[in-house]
Amino acid sequence: MQEFAALFRELDEQRGTNAKVAAMADYFSTVEAADGAWAVYFLSGRRLKRLIGPMQLRQWLADVSGLPGWLVEETHEHVGDLAETIALLLHGSGDAGLTDDRGLAVWLEEEIQILRELDDDARRQRVTAAWQRLDESSRFLYSKLLTGALRVGVSQTLVERALAQASGQPRPVIAHRLMGQWTPDGDFFRGLFDERSGREDASRPYPFFLAHPLEDDPAEALGAIDGWQLEWKWDGIRAQLVRRADAVHLWSRGESLITETFPEIEQGAAQLPPDTVIDGEILAWKETVLPFAQLQRRLGRKRVSQRFMREVPVRLLAYDLLEADGRDLRDIPLERRRSWLEELMTGIETPLMISPRIESDSWSDLAGLREQSRDRGVEGIMLKGRDTAYGTGRPRGPWWKWKISPLTLDVILLYAQPGHGRRANLYTDYSFAVPDGERLVPIAKAYSGLDDAEIRRLDRWIRRHTRERFGPVRSVEPVQVFELAFEGIAPSSRHKSGLALRFPRIARWREDLGPGDADTLAQAKALLP
Amino acid sequence: MGVMSPPLIQPTDKGLYCAAGDFYIDPWRPVSRAVITHAHADHARAGSDQYWAASPGLGLLRRRLGPNGLIHGVDYGAPLQFGPVAVSLHPAGHILGSAQVRVEYRGEVWVASGDYKRDADPTCAPFEPLACDTFITEATFALPVYRWPPVASVARDIHDWWHRNARQGRTTMLFSYALGKAQRLLAALPAEHPGPIYLHGAVAPLTQDYRDAGVDLPPTRMVSEAPKEEDYGSSLVIAPPSAAGSTWMRRFRKPVTGFASGWMRIRGNRRRRGHDRGFVISDHVDWPGLLQTIRDTRARQVLTTHGRADELVRYLNELGLQARPLATLYGDDEDNA
Repeated sequence: MQEFAALFRELDEQRGTNAKVAAMADYFSTVEAADGAWAVYFLSGRRLKRLIGPMQLRQWLADVSGLPGWLVEETHEHVGDLAETIALLLHGSGDAGLTDDRGLAVWLEEEIQILRELDDDARRQRVTAAWQRLDESSRFLYSKLLTGALRVGVSQTLVERALAQASGQPRPVIAHRLMGQWTPDGDFFRGLFDERSGREDASRPYPFFLAHPLEDDPAEALGAIDGWQLEWKWDGIRAQLVRRADAVHLWSRGESLITETFPEIEQGAAQLPPDTVIDGEILAWKETVLPFAQLQRRLGRKRVSQRFMREVPVRLLAYDLLEADGRDLRDIPLERRRSWLEELMTGIETPLMISPRIESDSWSDLAGLREQSRDRGVEGIMLKGRDTAYGTGRPRGPWWKWKISPLTLDVILLYAQPGHGRRANLYTDYSFAVPDGERLVPIAKAYSGLDDAEIRRLDRWIRRHTRERFGPVRSVEPVQVFELAFEGIAPSSRHKSGLALRFPRIARWREDLGPGDADTLAQAKALLP
Repeated sequence: MGVMSPPLIQPTDKGLYCAAGDFYIDPWRPVSRAVITHAHADHARAGSDQYWAASPGLGLLRRRLGPNGLIHGVDYGAPLQFGPVAVSLHPAGHILGSAQVRVEYRGEVWVASGDYKRDADPTCAPFEPLACDTFITEATFALPVYRWPPVASVARDIHDWWHRNARQGRTTMLFSYALGKAQRLLAALPAEHPGPIYLHGAVAPLTQDYRDAGVDLPPTRMVSEAPKEEDYGSSLVIAPPSAAGSTWMRRFRKPVTGFASGWMRIRGNRRRRGHDRGFVISDHVDWPGLLQTIRDTRARQVLTTHGRADELVRYLNELGLQARPLATLYGDDEDNA
């Protein structure tokens, strides 16, 4: 526990990625296998289900600290994070050097997972005793695990690099082994260090290869157009269809299994020969592609009725072939993978289909096609080097996404609430509204887009111009105008405005505009497709 | 109930005012008679006719106030008389020459703490608890998460960090409030420095004032007088937070930066500042120190200035003490001052 807490602290403090990788590699090289497995589990963004709710933890914290409940709450609001509040408010034998030196895995087994089986009273005793026994950093980490909200500021790629350094295995092999479902135990961790085996777990997808956004003019940046394979950039869900050993697994980019969400794709995959892995995009589709908002209705459902499948039918548009006949094709050039894919998809029926190539012989012609993106229901154009391997991560060079410019609206700041992590105790989550006659109608929330100095300035402004407080949320004087950029707009019955924006973010703080200059609800509705 | 007499000290538009003695404490506008608790800019402002302040801080105060205004140096504990009101200054432990103001009139005693702390600090006289009826306390860090670690252990962390950076040939850049904290850090650093200590132009003259007042500090150099070939690879540089990101920083190659402040106790603040390290060290009183001090004074009434007044007031009320916030214009942002 202490070792992982020390690693967490170091990752928290180090700014350089190389230093972070080195710290993790050091840790992985010396750690007990079972502890290492749990560390990989948490570092790669996996979480425990919440064990104890915040109300209960706050109550126990008030009891143990001897502070009144309201002061614990105010302090929590000031700190912005409950686990940190617990770590900072208490002071026990663990802080005085009498530390509990059990490893992370033992802690999880003997002190954390076991809580699920205990009644409230026994849980309270165990948790408050643990708070006393741990030092400040470990108490923070332990409490984070209880709330199920442990987030470490490292990307999956950095974890893979560190494991590759520690194990001497290539990073793609590590990346592959970290995908899919696995149990964090000693065997799993030791397996990460093994020489590459002939047959890895049949359910596993490959790490997705991602495209870098293209900001420059392709004619200048990318050379001749005939070096590039051109496709539409679909606005759906990136997915890998893994058909191996008589089973079908459909994976989303967040590495969650979504097979059950799309049973028609699972059935359609039976047409493919065994040991095939396809990379593609899931889209809602009726004669042509439907807006993302329609696809969204299908997400997060474990059971899908026949009626609903007819109401929002989906397709998988295949654009790459990663494995055929059990052979990993990622290292052969895209051009050859593509012709293999076209051959494979011949005669295959819906809901599987191939994502068409765009034929264009000049950059200026392609730029013209790109302008039609919104009408076609796509986000722009993908440019993939014909000779490129299917790599890992999001490097600059092999693949580019050339998106259309976002839509924008000038909107008014209405509510604010504090963020999380490095933005805890700072107002960073904003709700915006547009005028509709005399009233203001909320239209979107946005979290990102301002730089740190602007966030601090806006935070001070919010604190000085608060009208009302509802728990952590403050309503402010409706005078600050922001330009909001977003990828799409759709009708919605769940929003007061009747509109849902896709990927809204702040493009700029329009301090030159007053609330009278903001766009109206009618103007927003005019953007509907 | 008998006839209510007005409070001995009250906030006015010019500052905290004692009508019975016709003087102000740390006024924010010019007045004729000002008693000053310490030389930080939000407490010591130029323009008044006469000032009274504790003798050890006179050098700092002259630098802050400029040539105009008559400054009377007063020894700690020495009696002063403003009309019928007896006044004396007592160590507050905040910075060199910082003082609490004890005010006595018709048997009633008020103490205005100014800013203060209870932790060890070799650069100034330690806080002296005073019995009083009414205690005016600062509340900059008045929440229970603010509990300071021992200064010696923080100084050791800074020292180890400096050694590690020096081994990699990188400049150690420590941002700290220029008056008080910078000198306290200098005094607290363990010996065996891996390289020279350099001071920013805003820190150097104040540090000299400390030395002139007899405070023992390790040798330092000025960045502005560094030899041309200096690469600062093994140096510790102490600078005010305002220097971060300025062109002044360009002379240092790949500096590793740290920030010394009580606010660094909170992870969000540490990360948001964007420095490599945050060190928890403050010249303000922490939560346990604040409660201890209120007990020590045995005050019946507590008035608060700065910062987290609402929570402290409610907490004290629940403990059965009379407490309320006083409206003042003192900063609560110690490190942005």
